Amino acid sequence: MTRSPIFIGYYTMVRKDFIRIMRIWSQTLLPPIVTTALYFAIFGTFIGSQVRAVNGLSYISFIVPGIVMMSVITSAYMNTVSTFYFAKWQRTIDEQLVSPMPMWTIIAGFVTGGVMRGLLVGVLVVITSLFFTHLVLFNIAVVISAAVLTTLLFSFAGLVNGIFAKSFDAISIVPTFVLTPLTYLGGVFYSVNQLPPFFRTLSLANPILYMVNAFRYGFLGVTDVSVAVCFAVMGGLTVLFFLLTLFLFIRGAGLKK
Amino acid sequence: MASAPLALKIEGLKKVYDTGTEALKGVSLTIPQGEFFGFLGPNGAGKTSLISIVSGLATKTAGTVEINGLSMDSYPDKVKSFIGLVPQEFNFNIFEKVEDIVVDQAGYYGIPREEARKRAEKVLVQLGLWEKRADKAMDLSGGMKRRLLIARALVHEPKILLLDEPTAGVDVELRRGMWDFLREINAAGTTIVLTTHYLEEVEILCRTVAIMNKGEIIAEGGVKELISKLNYVTLLLDTTEPLIQAKIVLLRGLNIKKIDDTTLELTLKPGETVNDALRTISGTGIQIANIRNSGSRLEEVFVNLIKKDS
Ligand SMILES: Nc1ncnc2c1ncn2[C@@H]1O[C@H](COP(=O)(O)OP(=O)(O)OP(=O)(O)O)[C@@H](O)[C@H]1O
Ligand SMILES: [Mg+2]
Repeated sequence: MTRSPIFIGYYTMVRKDFIRIMRIWSQTLLPPIVTTALYFAIFGTFIGSQVRAVNGLSYISFIVPGIVMMSVITSAYMNTVSTFYFAKWQRTIDEQLVSPMPMWTIIAGFVTGGVMRGLLVGVLVVITSLFFTHLVLFNIAVVISAAVLTTLLFSFAGLVNGIFAKSFDAISIVPTFVLTPLTYLGGVFYSVNQLPPFFRTLSLANPILYMVNAFRYGFLGVTDVSVAVCFAVMGGLTVLFFLLTLFLFIRGAGLKK
Repeated sequence: MASAPLALKIEGLKKVYDTGTEALKGVSLTIPQGEFFGFLGPNGAGKTSLISIVSGLATKTAGTVEINGLSMDSYPDKVKSFIGLVPQEFNFNIFEKVEDIVVDQAGYYGIPREEARKRAEKVLVQLGLWEKRADKAMDLSGGMKRRLLIARALVHEPKILLLDEPTAGVDVELRRGMWDFLREINAAGTTIVLTTHYLEEVEILCRTVAIMNKGEIIAEGGVKELISKLNYVTLLLDTTEPLIQAKIVLLRGLNIKKIDDTTLELTLKPGETVNDALRTISGTGIQIANIRNSGSRLEEVFVNLIKKDS
């Protein structure tokens, strides 16, 4: 089979990032495992045993999908924002820019790296959760498509952050001040139906709520909002961030002098 | 030869950076295929800006660029496969292994991995880096890093090799080795565009040269023609005795400068002869013990042109 030159360029980027993720596993794969193990132990086992059931589920079962989603989101985001910013800062991006690779292939290369790491971490964290609780799989298609869409969305978002970042500090601002609060408030640890009406409505403006709920539905078959709405929000945002990335790259994305 | 397209055809090329700096002020240039072309100019002349535009790393503000007969605007991706770039600054990932850097670069050019490995071996051997293939790029010496840039630029067998100061920081012996290597690949058909601050390098290697200053080409032509046309000769004269100011004043008619107590610098314009100048100097009673040539001939051309231009 002869592969097209464009595919070979794309494959080269993806392969390189995969090897990098594996080589520095103690920075890319281990931290989410450690963090989530702590969450499962403390919130699930120690505190969770004293919390009453949510939606008819034990507390630990209820929080597992959200916690998995949390690490998936952070991993996908951090992967693209850091690989892209590093490539820009060290100018290694020139290696792709001088080559005949079209812009969209270069974007695809970075984004695939984020999707890859997000999904890899997702699988590892799910495995970790098995040490603490039993997990059922209500609808595997929903689990997989929610995970893929979410990693795609946050890989694009990380890329947008990387394009605007002017310093290494700027790549941790969004994760710290936007992603983490939104995730914590996105119904990972509670059902938004337990909230007073005002806060429930406010929560519906939080996009991460839809990802957590789609994921939870896939595993447990329960959700605070309609699954169709969840996918509409995820799909819509992914397209939006894709278009934003494309627009920024066409404008040069701060790559070309 | 009429059918062979030019390697490079640049017309009215302008570049204004976001900062407002006008780096190129309408440069036009043609480079035939197979040429060994030199680019000279002081710091900030615009050489790197021009090379960056041609290789796709910078956008142009105005003008047209044709590479191998194809317009850069119409075939932005395709023309890139004709070009190999050796950038002025190191831009590989210093944490990666030498061989991976070269093999991956081939991948970006669409070369399948098995083939890329073979080609990487070939260029790394050619550039004396094969023993270092498993080392991280950051563990290479400065000269080796330069050679890695060259290996990486050649792995897709470009028709045109753009070298932006490839010999900066390379020791004399290695530089000569690099010259031989560049001559070889030029003889094998690769067009070479070389930027350097070492004028003797252009004099030795290049057939044609363009001299750039402040975003404009101020002279262009065959290296030999340029030297003879603008042949300013600068000589250093060592005197037997310390120079006396009163005697130097008598040399007003000559382009002469006192360098130190026993050295004079004499510059001859085209048409002036050493004989005449020495006769004048003898007339004042200054005794010359020794005459030395100062630097390369092209260097004098260059210095004089830049001086005139500013
Ligand atoms: N990215 C940039 N942004 C703004 N100005 C730039 C940029 N790159 C170069 N310049 C300016 O453009 C002018 C030409 O620079 P360029 O790097 O092309 O010169 P050069 O001939 O390669 O010099 P050198 O011999 O020092 O490498 C300089 O005034 C420089 O300050
Ligand atoms: Mg330069």
